Amino acid sequence: MTIRIETDRVTAMYGKFTAVKGVSLKFPTNRVHALIGPSGCGKSTFLRTLNRMHEMSPGGWITGQVLLDGQDIYAPEVNAMQLRRRVGMVFQKPTPFPTMSIFDNVAAGVRVNGRRSRRDLSHIVERSLRQAVLWDEVKDGLNRSALALSGGQQQRLCIARTLAPEPEVLLLDEPTASLDPQGTQRIEELLFELRNNFTIVIVTHNLHQAARVSDTTTFFYLGTMVEHGPTKELFTTPGNDQTEAYITGRFG
Amino acid sequence: MTEPDSPAPPRHPPALERKSYGDRIFKGMLTVAAVGLPVLLGFLVFELFAGSREAIARFGFGFVTSSTWDPVAEQFGAWPLIFGTLMSAALALMIAVPLSLGVAIYLTEFAPVRLRQPAAFVIELLAAIPSVVYGLWGIFVLIPVLKDSVFPLLQSVLGFLPFFQGPIYGPSMLSASIILAIMVMPYIMAVSREVLLAVPASQREAALGLGATRWEAVVTTVVPYARSGLIGAVILGLGRALGETMAVTMLIGNRHEIAASLFAPGYTMAAAIANEFSEAVTDIHLSSLAYVALLLFLITVLINAGARLLIWRVSRGTTAGSRVL
Amino acid sequence: MVMVLASTVVIAVLPLVFILGTLIVKGAGSLSATFFVASSVPAGQTGGGVGHAIVGTLVIVGMACLMGLPLGIGAGIYTAEYPGTRLATACRFVADVMNGTPSIVIGVFAWAWIVARQGHFSAYAGSVALAILMIPMVMRTTEEMIKLVPHSLREAALALGYPRWRATLTVVLRTALPGIVTGTLLAVARVAGETAPLLFTALGSQYFSLDVSRPMAALPLVVFTYATGPYQEWHRLAWATALVLIIVVLVLSLAARLATRQRYQRN
Repeated sequence: MTIRIETDRVTAMYGKFTAVKGVSLKFPTNRVHALIGPSGCGKSTFLRTLNRMHEMSPGGWITGQVLLDGQDIYAPEVNAMQLRRRVGMVFQKPTPFPTMSIFDNVAAGVRVNGRRSRRDLSHIVERSLRQAVLWDEVKDGLNRSALALSGGQQQRLCIARTLAPEPEVLLLDEPTASLDPQGTQRIEELLFELRNNFTIVIVTHNLHQAARVSDTTTFFYLGTMVEHGPTKELFTTPGNDQTEAYITGRFG
Repeated sequence: MTEPDSPAPPRHPPALERKSYGDRIFKGMLTVAAVGLPVLLGFLVFELFAGSREAIARFGFGFVTSSTWDPVAEQFGAWPLIFGTLMSAALALMIAVPLSLGVAIYLTEFAPVRLRQPAAFVIELLAAIPSVVYGLWGIFVLIPVLKDSVFPLLQSVLGFLPFFQGPIYGPSMLSASIILAIMVMPYIMAVSREVLLAVPASQREAALGLGATRWEAVVTTVVPYARSGLIGAVILGLGRALGETMAVTMLIGNRHEIAASLFAPGYTMAAAIANEFSEAVTDIHLSSLAYVALLLFLITVLINAGARLLIWRVSRGTTAGSRVL
Repeated sequence: MVMVLASTVVIAVLPLVFILGTLIVKGAGSLSATFFVASSVPAGQTGGGVGHAIVGTLVIVGMACLMGLPLGIGAGIYTAEYPGTRLATACRFVADVMNGTPSIVIGVFAWAWIVARQGHFSAYAGSVALAILMIPMVMRTTEEMIKLVPHSLREAALALGYPRWRATLTVVLRTALPGIVTGTLLAVARVAGETAPLLFTALGSQYFSLDVSRPMAALPLVVFTYATGPYQEWHRLAWATALVLIIVVLVLSLAARLATRQRYQRN
């Protein structure tokens, strides 16, 4: 089992405020990893250190190392923009670009990386939309505005857009938080498909979702990593009192 | 995982993102534009001072209090202009404030919802009419009506006051003030409407919940809450009235004198600049007009700064008063 | 009491009705093909038109846009992009000061800067004055419109590997564009009707001219000259010119406001 992402004592700060304290973790390739914990526990901030989005927040900076395939992504020679094409990210609220068509939305991340022929692009757009299980719903209206789609469709469109540049890792920040149960179910089924080709890290505060979709789960509390392990073990026999209190619903 | 004796991981300082060339060029261009504004204003202040240097050196602060304006004798004093400016603006506000606050309160609190947008829209169109068109309308429509019926009526009713005595002129302080009132009304109305809209609904509901009628809720809660913002809106209108040029130039009669009667002609700072600047031949005349412009600029800056401060206190975070009108 | 308030609305709306009414009654009859094409005729003669002033207004306002829009929009993007910086705060403050500055003072400034130095009146001095009037308005709307774009859109673009400048231009600015266009149209409508800043910069002219280094006519200047002149014929032309001017200004601002309204309703 190869390790795709490894973090070494990652501490993430906003100015003087420390949001994540010294987290060291390993994420094996082609697995789904869930990050759980109460709001404000630092799980989203930690996720954002994995594709260097954290440094775009005001005052955001980190200490420690994040290794992608053994390479330090914060090394001076690494181009953050290239990195983000390898480590895609999907956000809590669907964020289709409102001025672009469905096609252009999916193609956006590819186009920014250099010019491609129209045929290449169509091919990539179709592949990505199929991967995101959206193709059949939108194939007849690729030139429509992305805003015409339902919330769940928009989120799958955003996943397709993230998949288009062929990333190795997919970071999802509470991707179903703003969706109805049906939309949530579609996304969870989709994650099940995608785990064959991608390493997925998902932040969620829906414990059932973490239990359903992930292979390993990490529990965060007050900026520190409390417990990390295979999902089944963590949920059935938690090794830590705080973890147990959280997953049994006594706080958070 | 990590060996206990492994070296400490490297620190990543703020601003990790090494800027690409595109980013640098982009930020550079934006910075040039952003620096341009303060530079432009600085240059404006500098040019006004430089232009009025001669007049400042010759007349000093006495320029403000002297009433002589004699281009031939090269004696200049701006007191009648300053007085006319303040007087016309004050009269205009006396007419415009009750009206525009009434409109703003009615439109935000009482009007049928279907009426609110269109009415606000129409009144904002008033703000779009060019000053010179108001002036044209004032000369040929408003002044005849005022001179022939309104002013004589005013004189017969209020003639015991010094303001309404003496011969009736068409172009006069009062005519200019009335056109000014019509012109500043949309500004005051639009800003105070935004201020009233920024009053939290909870304020209203609390009063209504205590059994107040709508009217009582407005008088006891909404207006007091918005008070400083409303005052700000009025002061913003004052700033507009002080600087308004064309319509006033066309209606005030343009005489460098202070008359007690509102039916007599007067002059304002802006109107004097508009009328005399391109005809001034001596340097000291030009310099005096530039001095007038400098004073006008300083007055409006002070007034606008005060207004923004008051509006900001009510509608913190919103942009009431800053938008394009 | 409420009825009293309601009546204030009527009183406030009346002037608009009156002004538009008189303009149409007194101005519409003089509108003809010649009126739009011909230039002024010497005082005392009848006929003539404002073709020279229509072209003049287009040229002067067009040049003002060329100068004012890049500066205003650029400064607006800067203040929205780097909101906490000292420069952004200074920019906002300066824009508010300039917005409240009487246009006649801006005219004096443009005169001192350009006309006095060069020793002659010119159309581009007028354009500079109008541009200075536009900049703060355009800057403020640009900033506000960019702020309305959800932060998540920018993040989404950055997470796709967009460099910051491309995220700003192709996603954020593109999304804010309709609002910025609206604000720009309103600013153009406002400066197109301005007379005071042109009085001693562009000065006005009787003749058709495309030479921007010489005095040039503009619609508001024509209205002013004709309205304050002694001849009946001039007064007739003043009404017609004012009608043309107000149609230009109202169409611009109506279009701008309707466009914004529709967009808000759709969202």
